[in-house]
Amino acid sequence: MSRLAIPKTYKLFIGGKFPRSESGRTTTVVDAKGEFLANVANASRKDARDAVVAARSAFSGWSGATAYNRGQVLYRIAEMLEGRAEQFVSEICDATGVTPAVARTEVSAAIDCLVWHAGWTDKFAQVHGGANPVAGPYFNLSVPEPTGVVAAIAPSGPNTSLFGLIATIAPILTTGNTVVVLASESTPCAAMTFAEVVATSDVPGGVVNILTGSVAEVAPWLASHADVNAIDLTGAESALAVDCERSAAETLMRVVRPGSFGPTESAFDRIAAFVETKTVWHTKSLL
Amino acid sequence: MTFLEYAPAPESTAILNIPKSYGLFINGEWTDGRGGSLTTISPSTEKPICDIALADSSDVDRAVAAARKSYDTVWSRMSGAERGKYLFRIARLIQERAREFAVAETLDNGKPIRETRDIDIPLVAAWFFHYAGWADKLDYAGVGPNPTALGVAGQIIPWNFPLLMLAWKVAPALAAGNTVVLKPAETTPLTALMFADICQQAGLPAGVVNIIPGLGGVAGQALVEHAGINKIAFTGSTAVGRNIARTLAGTQTRLTLELGGKGANIVFDDAPVDEAVEGIINGIFFNQGHVCCAGSRLLVQENVQDEIVEKLTKRLSTLRLGDPLDKNTDIGAINSKAQLERITSITETGVAEGAERWTLDCAVPSKGFWFRPTIFTNVSTSNTIARDEIFGPVLSVLSFRTPDEAIVKANNTPYGLSAGIWTSNASRMLRVADSLRAGVVWANTFNQFDPTSPFGGYKESGYGREGGRHGLAAYLANGGAR
Repeated sequence: MSRLAIPKTYKLFIGGKFPRSESGRTTTVVDAKGEFLANVANASRKDARDAVVAARSAFSGWSGATAYNRGQVLYRIAEMLEGRAEQFVSEICDATGVTPAVARTEVSAAIDCLVWHAGWTDKFAQVHGGANPVAGPYFNLSVPEPTGVVAAIAPSGPNTSLFGLIATIAPILTTGNTVVVLASESTPCAAMTFAEVVATSDVPGGVVNILTGSVAEVAPWLASHADVNAIDLTGAESALAVDCERSAAETLMRVVRPGSFGPTESAFDRIAAFVETKTVWHTKSLL
Repeated sequence: MTFLEYAPAPESTAILNIPKSYGLFINGEWTDGRGGSLTTISPSTEKPICDIALADSSDVDRAVAAARKSYDTVWSRMSGAERGKYLFRIARLIQERAREFAVAETLDNGKPIRETRDIDIPLVAAWFFHYAGWADKLDYAGVGPNPTALGVAGQIIPWNFPLLMLAWKVAPALAAGNTVVLKPAETTPLTALMFADICQQAGLPAGVVNIIPGLGGVAGQALVEHAGINKIAFTGSTAVGRNIARTLAGTQTRLTLELGGKGANIVFDDAPVDEAVEGIINGIFFNQGHVCCAGSRLLVQENVQDEIVEKLTKRLSTLRLGDPLDKNTDIGAINSKAQLERITSITETGVAEGAERWTLDCAVPSKGFWFRPTIFTNVSTSNTIARDEIFGPVLSVLSFRTPDEAIVKANNTPYGLSAGIWTSNASRMLRVADSLRAGVVWANTFNQFDPTSPFGGYKESGYGREGGRHGLAAYLANGGAR
């Protein structure tokens, strides 16, 4: 006798919790054949603002954690993802209609991407910063620091519902930024299941916040939010990206334009896009 | 005559050979401008120096076309080593003519000859010398293998360090293989135009450097909006920076911005007091406070506030304000009438909002634009003078009790360019430096600059860095990166 399955209620991920949209709105997601898949939360402006508040609150803890600690946490996400790989394979197949082999390739790439970034946390400052041989009796050191709260639009398209999301947020998290990410609008389910992975991986609440719903509605609120320090528009279609970039100019938040990293996507450059270089001078005394 | 009185010791202007008028420097030649002209004056005397042709948008077109042609046909095809040799030549030519440039800069800007002679111009030479050596080492710039130039860079610079800002912009751009169109500030075009002569003496290929004075709203805007530009580098006000960022939305033009600041200079009770007092003065009265990274907010630990303020006013009383060409002058002229009016107005706001004003009691020349060094005490964090950039010789003093409070107050600003820390406790210095959201932190010193040292802001102080490898990367592309 067949058993009736228990479908999951997809909600938002804000501050380490899974609230519904405060607006009460949901939006229907369909699978590759156009059949009903789920009702996901349709995030509002208020949800976006709540997510920014959560991300700001988490910033001092995450950016202040040791690089070794951040590396272990990112690696822990990879471990949790590996353990649930088959669930993601099945969800990606359902949502996009690809074969299990294709889905498995995407999930593997996502896990490996996290491991690669886990290894960068305690190396990036050494590679990107350095001692500056100034012409005077000074100690002078430049170090990269996280830019702050980063808003991001995850890409939509084939093989991106999980990998695209992780390739977007991993470089942001590596150096200690916190993130509010808008999941792919057409395939948001894998992103919300990934939130369950984040929630069980020792990632402090608020470091990663994931919203689903209308990207065109929510992204402009994030682009004009005075407490957002940078925005990654990689996943935004071009008219929306221009609109967001124009809004971002008001607060001079850092903008990563669509296509900024080109066809030979340089993951190192993505990490570097979300840091500020701080240079500290100190006098050396005469003996 | 007391020990504080000095006989006048003016630097001679005989070294200068300024023509009656300057045109635009486009494609290696002097040409007429179509945007009218203005007369640049000396802010310390209001006497005219010379006439300056202004560029309109058609002149900008010509300059960009010249820069593009030289990029395509000459500069991008030249080896890095050869490009570097041109920059080395420029560095040497600046050194050879350093005094001439120092006098011209002081005349046109109003800052003391002591500063142009000992700081501005030596740094200009150092900047070119530093980036000259980078030109054939771009693989080590940290942007990946085989990086390429961006193309034509449009560069807009301010009036507070005219030739130094030119060097910050032009040296890395050329080293990375770009060609440039540079617009100097309206009130200080003189040394940029003299720099054109340096380019000619260096034999720099025509069109690699184009210098077009003009109005911000005309030539500046045309440059920013120009489709033939691959990169805009701007130093100036946050308001203009916002406009530029908005204008470039949706384009592929790369952008770096060095904007305003409201730097906190934090003095702990264990600071070396006499050094701190010197540093506070250097932090806010250097260059008449016309410094984006000025230490304009003094945060002093409550138990030493009275002592520090007393020593500050006493030390300030020994500074000499007057003829910038006099080698004994410490405080020169305000750069323009407009800036003087702005400083005057915002200090009046300070008084109106309840802060206590102390102003140096000294004579002020009858002609020119002058503002006596001013210190405000009893300032609260919400006062205009504690929040807005004044860009003049005005210090706002606030107090704190604990290191945590100092950090919160220091970071309580939309800007994030510079900060200072004064303490003899090294571990406290490092901990506080970690917590400050500012691009440059000076500990037990202030307003130090070096071509190897990245400089630039957090938050609304702009984005990108100038100086060192980071400054070079701002003019390079890696693969698909733009």
